[in-house]
Amino acid sequence: MDRSPNLLDQALGLHDGESTWSGRVVLIEDCVETSAAFVLHHLVKGFLSPLSSSAIIFVAFAQPFSHYDRILRKMGCNLVVQKDNKRFIFLDMLTLECPGENQKSVEASLLPGGSRSITILIDDISLMEVAVKGSSSHVLDFLHYCRTLTTEFGCSLVVLNHEDIYSSIERPTLILQIEYLAEVIIKAEPLVTGLATDVHGQLTVINKGNSDGLSLQNKMCNFHFRVRENSVEYFYPGSRT
Amino acid sequence: MAASKTRSSSFSRHISVVPTPQIPGIKYGPNGTIFVSSGIPDLDRILGGGFPLGSLVMVMEDIEAPHHMLLLRNFMSQGLVHNQPLLYGSPSREPRAFLGTLPTPVLSKDDKSRDHETEQEKGLRIAWQYRKYFGEHQQNFEGQRDGKPEYCNEFDLQKPLERHYISGQNIDCVSLQGSPNLSSFRDRCSTFLAQLPRLPPFSPLASWQTPATAATAFSRSLFSSCLHLPEPPLPSALLIKAAIGVSSIDGMNLWVVAANGVQQSSVANFWWLVVRWGFLWRWTIGSSFVPRYDGNITCAGRIAIQSLYTPQCEYSNMIIEKHGTFFQCSCPYNLSTVPCFTILCKERWQHLADTLLSVGAIPDEDKELVNLLTGYQDMVGLLNVHKVTQCNTQVPVFLEATTFSIKLKKRRSLVLECLNQAPIDGSSGSSYATSGSCSGSSKTGKLDF
Repeated sequence: MDRSPNLLDQALGLHDGESTWSGRVVLIEDCVETSAAFVLHHLVKGFLSPLSSSAIIFVAFAQPFSHYDRILRKMGCNLVVQKDNKRFIFLDMLTLECPGENQKSVEASLLPGGSRSITILIDDISLMEVAVKGSSSHVLDFLHYCRTLTTEFGCSLVVLNHEDIYSSIERPTLILQIEYLAEVIIKAEPLVTGLATDVHGQLTVINKGNSDGLSLQNKMCNFHFRVRENSVEYFYPGSRT
Repeated sequence: MAASKTRSSSFSRHISVVPTPQIPGIKYGPNGTIFVSSGIPDLDRILGGGFPLGSLVMVMEDIEAPHHMLLLRNFMSQGLVHNQPLLYGSPSREPRAFLGTLPTPVLSKDDKSRDHETEQEKGLRIAWQYRKYFGEHQQNFEGQRDGKPEYCNEFDLQKPLERHYISGQNIDCVSLQGSPNLSSFRDRCSTFLAQLPRLPPFSPLASWQTPATAATAFSRSLFSSCLHLPEPPLPSALLIKAAIGVSSIDGMNLWVVAANGVQQSSVANFWWLVVRWGFLWRWTIGSSFVPRYDGNITCAGRIAIQSLYTPQCEYSNMIIEKHGTFFQCSCPYNLSTVPCFTILCKERWQHLADTLLSVGAIPDEDKELVNLLTGYQDMVGLLNVHKVTQCNTQVPVFLEATTFSIKLKKRRSLVLECLNQAPIDGSSGSSYATSGSCSGSSKTGKLDF
């Protein structure tokens, strides 16, 4: 397993230890042409690495467990084992039967966590919106709840959403709210010149958190990526021959 | 190119070990996927094997081109030829009548000679460096033909399917005209699904008898606290037209055709319902079938649902095909008169869909195009592949070409070909080819070249 920091880790500030990560809200945005699911996989793998002790609560609307399991296995991370170790808690939204279970199960999963840092990942918010029949305020309620967890327990929250869904709405409350809440926004977009087989798209990481208090400006990085079965290559435009 | 692409993954060597399917009409692919045929050999090849079982396939329709019906017919016929259960929902009052228009498979003798001919033809037309790709595909398909039941047939669009296929007991037809809401349709689907043989791997779902009831339970229970919005009944003015054809391996294919008259005020609720409906379907089908097909598969079924469109924009529809499931929903023609959530739903659907296709008409006698494209006269329409299923993998599939011309060979069978553009004016040609597909990417990044 290579733990050498890649461009994404650097942009997220993950390369200098886990401590800087906790308590953050991260928004991942993608579109039909370029899926950003690989960023989720990357984060899951990072959090579940043997070096860290953090746990993950994965709220899945988009794919069944087996999908993630197969992908992460190729990346060298066994989700079934991590599930047994209680480090990976998978909330398959199909199997939840009680109303409000969403919140409860997140709570319940938090309790035994103790001092471990916990990350909540949601894949993806737009489907949660569909599931509550388009009532974005309910989704926002849930997100605010999760956000209070980040301040109270030092959890972090990672949310995937599809940007283009909201592109034609006049007042896309939900996405604007989440963008406001998020400290880090990761955007996956296709290349302006179209899609290519060796460059799968570009990532823009906007880091709003100015933890050092010195720089008021957002830190922003942009780089290209190429997704492979077991890893993702990140590189600056034009830096590859 | 999709076929060779998937095979070049690091897991490709396992493919040879993969058990040969016991059931006709089912093919194992990489990453534990199982394919059923789309009924069009070329489309199967382009998609790397066909429609993955349990995936949602959506076809966006063009106002001027009824080519989605070609896809639908071939898809349904293929299921029937493989003796897969079929649930077909139709906009008409007599959905069974549509079965009479299904094409019949071309006899395999014809098939071979035709293929040979195609190869030669292609060799002539296509630049030599691309020939290797064709060779590869050709091999691929020869291999499949050795087995007695063919995975994918060619269909003769001019001859109706033989009666004994159509009169089978495992065909259910639903007319959704006048149906007050989608739930009755969903119930119908669940009864259909209940008839499909079940296997032990499905026991996790035992508490729910069918996936569809699971979906209902899910929707009722999980979010009932949030139901300050009562589930709006669809207005009676709404006519849902649904065509359902089912084929699956314990998975299924579904076509929905729907909706004539939605009152403007209720459009919002309606669209939420429709999208939610698709979401639930995706879940029930995806989660109960896709992950579990490591085990044995006993049968395949197809459900085809066709068309959900509103009166404001009844001229432009899209179809969503769900692993054989097609939905047709509206895609506004005139943005000023159509509420914006319609568009919102379109993109939601595109995200929901595993495979996204669109068909388009070819403008008559377009002088520029005649010069640009070889074989322009033979073309019936265009097919765009926007999205190819990423099942159990994070690697996106990029096809060599995303636009294909739909042609009729000898006025009978459907053929898809890459657009062969004359090299004079590559820029305008390619912009035509990609028009409408990636228009969302107009934003310029910080570091663009």
